Amino acid sequence: MRLSKLAPARDDRPAFLIVGLLAVVWIILYNNLQGIADWLTFTLLGLSRDSAVGQSLNFFIYDVPKLLLLLSGMIFLITLVQTFIDTERVRAIVEKRGEGVGNVMAAVFGAITPFCSCSSVPLFIGFVQAGIPLGITFSFLITSPIMNEVAFVMLLGLFGWQVALLYLASGIVIGVIAGLVLGRLKLERYVEPFVYDIRAKRTQQGLVQAKLTWTERFEQAAQATRDIVGKVWLFVIIGIGIGAVIHGFVPEDALTGIMGEGAWWSVPAAVLLGIPLYSNAAGVIPVVSALLGKGAALGTALAFMMAVVALSLPEMIILRKVLKPQLIAVFVGVVAVGIIVTGYLFNLVV
Amino acid sequence: MITIKILGSGCTNCKRLEQEVREALAGSALDFEVVKVTDYADIMAYGILSTPGLVMNETVLSAGRIPKRQQIVDWAAKIQSAG
Repeated sequence: MRLSKLAPARDDRPAFLIVGLLAVVWIILYNNLQGIADWLTFTLLGLSRDSAVGQSLNFFIYDVPKLLLLLSGMIFLITLVQTFIDTERVRAIVEKRGEGVGNVMAAVFGAITPFCSCSSVPLFIGFVQAGIPLGITFSFLITSPIMNEVAFVMLLGLFGWQVALLYLASGIVIGVIAGLVLGRLKLERYVEPFVYDIRAKRTQQGLVQAKLTWTERFEQAAQATRDIVGKVWLFVIIGIGIGAVIHGFVPEDALTGIMGEGAWWSVPAAVLLGIPLYSNAAGVIPVVSALLGKGAALGTALAFMMAVVALSLPEMIILRKVLKPQLIAVFVGVVAVGIIVTGYLFNLVV
Repeated sequence: MITIKILGSGCTNCKRLEQEVREALAGSALDFEVVKVTDYADIMAYGILSTPGLVMNETVLSAGRIPKRQQIVDWAAKIQSAG
């Protein structure tokens, strides 16, 4: 029985047409946002370009649609790319590599897959079952939550592509190094024993993944985009609102003393502060972006954001299913140290 | 009688898959039952690498995505005729 043949061959042209039209509308809108925002604040409402209220409102009217557009477009692209990732094949490739190359590949893989109970726990178990060393598995498990697609897009929109790429690169580097360190610590006994006991059943037949049509890929990406943007849009608006107020009303350099490069303690403080703030990841970035304009250092700000997205209670609850508390503690410690070091490095370099 | 298993720990997509299966097969004359498998040890015994997974009469049909309703109906018909 060949189930893959059951997938109906369908014409993908209508789907391409819809996606193409939406892309054109998106590009036209995105490129005219500043003009629209200026017209609304300075012409329609007649506010002065020099007033704090005018600046705040202009910032808000420009940034909210810009970020929501960017989020929708980029998340659609990212989730579309994710429909091409075959986890079976990735596991087979990682399995063949040893320490080092394996860690890098696992971290890159972690960067492109979302961290959720749907994928991360099964993948962790699947890696362990395949006999992939724990350190390599951890490179995946560490980079996956650090690299959050929403955070990536928010950074892209508010800080530019250089900072977004720095975030991506440091997430992968932290995953590789932390995975190498954890691999040396011989932590296998702190993995829940059931993970080692699972034996794959002999089912009638293995998994037959029917090849997806483009229409199906677009539909899946659109669904995922709706889910993700639906969850964060309110935080984005609130965050930009607070950011707009800071932008217009807080004096320049107000934060140099506490969040500037000179304040050595601000990086670890930012990480500690960021750990309990998970649900507001989308809202925190616009605020941090506004603070940056007021004298906060980039490394401190980036460390804060990484701590917000990478270390959180919901994530630990997911990990608790496969890891014992001692290992979760080591995991949090290693990742926190990695983020702190990255924060200092950015403050030194940038 | 087809035993349909939804493999997943209770995430949003797992619930959505169960709903899709029920709605896809609601109008059909097929005799089926839906079983939710939420324990990771049981889920992973099917060898999948992401959830939700869809299993009919112990045949793994999809993992990590929600198939179209028409696809679910086709699979169920095929499994039924295969006995």
